[in-house]
Amino acid sequence: MAMQTATAGRKARWALLDIIVVVYALVPVLWIASLSLKSKDTIADGNFIPREWTLQNYKDIFATTEFIRPLFNSIGIALIATFVAVILGMMAAYAVARLEFPGKKLLVGVSLLIAMFPQISLVTPLFNIERELGLFDTWPGLILPYITFALPLAIYTLSSFFREIPWELEKAAKMDGATPAQAFRKVIAPLAAPGVFTTAILVFILCWNDFLFAISLTSTEASRTVPAALSFFTGASQFEDPTGTISAAAVVITIPIILFVLFFQRRIVAGLTSGAVKG
Amino acid sequence: MAEIVLDKVTKRYPDGAQAVSEMNIEIADGEFIILVGPSGCGKSTALNMIAGLEDISGGELRIDGQRANEKSPKDRDIAMVFQSYALYPHMSVRENMAFPLRLAKVDDATVNEKVEEAAQILDLNQHLDRRPANLSGGQRQRVAMGRAIVRSPKAFLMDEPLSNLDAKLRGQMRTSVSKLQKQLAVTTVYVTHDQTEAMTLGDRVVVLRGGHVQQIGSPQFLYEQPANLFVAGFIGSPSMNFVPGTLEDGVLKSVLGTTVLTDRVRRLVEAAGGPREVIAGIRPEHFEDVSLVDEKHREAGATFRSTVDVLESMGAEKYAYFSLDEQLTGSEELAELAADAGSADVPGSGSTIVTRLDAASAAAEGRELEVWFDPERLQLFDPKSGKNLTFDG
Repeated sequence: MAMQTATAGRKARWALLDIIVVVYALVPVLWIASLSLKSKDTIADGNFIPREWTLQNYKDIFATTEFIRPLFNSIGIALIATFVAVILGMMAAYAVARLEFPGKKLLVGVSLLIAMFPQISLVTPLFNIERELGLFDTWPGLILPYITFALPLAIYTLSSFFREIPWELEKAAKMDGATPAQAFRKVIAPLAAPGVFTTAILVFILCWNDFLFAISLTSTEASRTVPAALSFFTGASQFEDPTGTISAAAVVITIPIILFVLFFQRRIVAGLTSGAVKG
Repeated sequence: MAEIVLDKVTKRYPDGAQAVSEMNIEIADGEFIILVGPSGCGKSTALNMIAGLEDISGGELRIDGQRANEKSPKDRDIAMVFQSYALYPHMSVRENMAFPLRLAKVDDATVNEKVEEAAQILDLNQHLDRRPANLSGGQRQRVAMGRAIVRSPKAFLMDEPLSNLDAKLRGQMRTSVSKLQKQLAVTTVYVTHDQTEAMTLGDRVVVLRGGHVQQIGSPQFLYEQPANLFVAGFIGSPSMNFVPGTLEDGVLKSVLGTTVLTDRVRRLVEAAGGPREVIAGIRPEHFEDVSLVDEKHREAGATFRSTVDVLESMGAEKYAYFSLDEQLTGSEELAELAADAGSADVPGSGSTIVTRLDAASAAAEGRELEVWFDPERLQLFDPKSGKNLTFDG
């Protein structure tokens, strides 16, 4: 009996803690959503639940290219950067996890260094370099730095996944008559899939959320991404506060991330490699 | 099917460590050969070199008379069963077994036929559509075997395939591996550290130590005529008893008393130029309770008296353990054997004599017993080189 009340008490404590965490994380998101649904007159009333519901803010942002074009840029740039970073990261991570080669420690060290490098210190040099090379305000101009900063993340995440795949499976594939490429494609890659999807999500979020490079290395709608474009939002007149439309845009750009995670979550099945080897 | 020849095959690692030194083995077509030795003896390295998973640093490997050193694993046409089974977890049992055939671009009908056939042999028919994760250890082991046999390779390599199974299943699988090999008559190289598997499975056994071949021969021959202390101590369970002794005029003085050597033993030792200090070895089953030996034999044999330390009754036989005062020292090979068996860490176990007695023996713990043994069965070893002085091969 005492045991039961003890566990009940524990459960209650954990439940309380969980609720606090969830509320802490979700309230700002819901607040933004609530703001985006309020009409211009009630936006500053401080109510959590809008008194006057409207979709006008959403209509407004989709009525101008000011939002649609950056949205298109964001999706394109983030997808391309993610794709390239994951492919390169897979190769590098495989080498780091499986091969012994001179300079391996150095490679891992340098990639860690890149990940920790303060990005702000690179903005001015990058700005000058890109202007000289004609990359400024173009898609590649953002894709390249994104790949650079996403690669360490991709290599670290992927190499830990690769390390979990039993080495003997690859030997077995070789003994079964596979070339190294076949062994990788038919045995290692399918088993690494959950890791690849996890990495893809992380890298995509990293690129999607970036503001610093997006604001510094773009100047027009040709390549400006949504986080940067949001800061250029104006109301109908300069005396009008664009809070409602910014909120609506913020809600809209959260949706791809949510979709991305939900879509790939199914693929991230824990314990896919169980049964391969004993133990 | 093929013969496999290892001609002075050597494995040297970049750090200078030599895992396998000049290994010479000729494996005949269809032969079942066992590589056995304690961990770190180079047996798995040797197997991986035959498979092509590790480079050969020196010497030549010939499969079917052709040099295979530089061939990639897929061109050697050899199948391997791994200790961990290494089944592909994302494929069903059927796909696992079909995998080598699919890579060889065999047409679907043949693939199905071959997989069904292999499944039939291994009794896996009901499990073909399951995933490895849902199989028991024994079933996984059979799938691994199935994957090896479907494509009728030139040879099988098995790397401790039974060591992950529990004792009972291991016994069953040992028999079926043996039967399967006879049925298929494919050259098989089998690596194990278990001397029971080595004794029961192979046509011939290769005993390895520190990357060097110690002796090659049939299990029975290794048992009766070990080339050195290491083989003598490794083969046989419980292992051979060793006692230090002094040899003088055909008489052995040791803790077992003063023993007159038989003519055959004496001739062999003299021919080998035996030193005065020797290590005498005798197997547990060559001892007997003196009261159970008939008069005639008793005369011919030697006896010693000691207190029974521990008595294990197995029903069909009894194992009596005696402690001896004298410590056996100075042999590196025995030290390694003890380390491998784990007995080096057990205090006082280095000087125990194990005897296997008839179940009718009246031996009792703590009581004195007179034990008879046949001096004809004595094996004498040079304590320095470990060489068997009574080797008659």
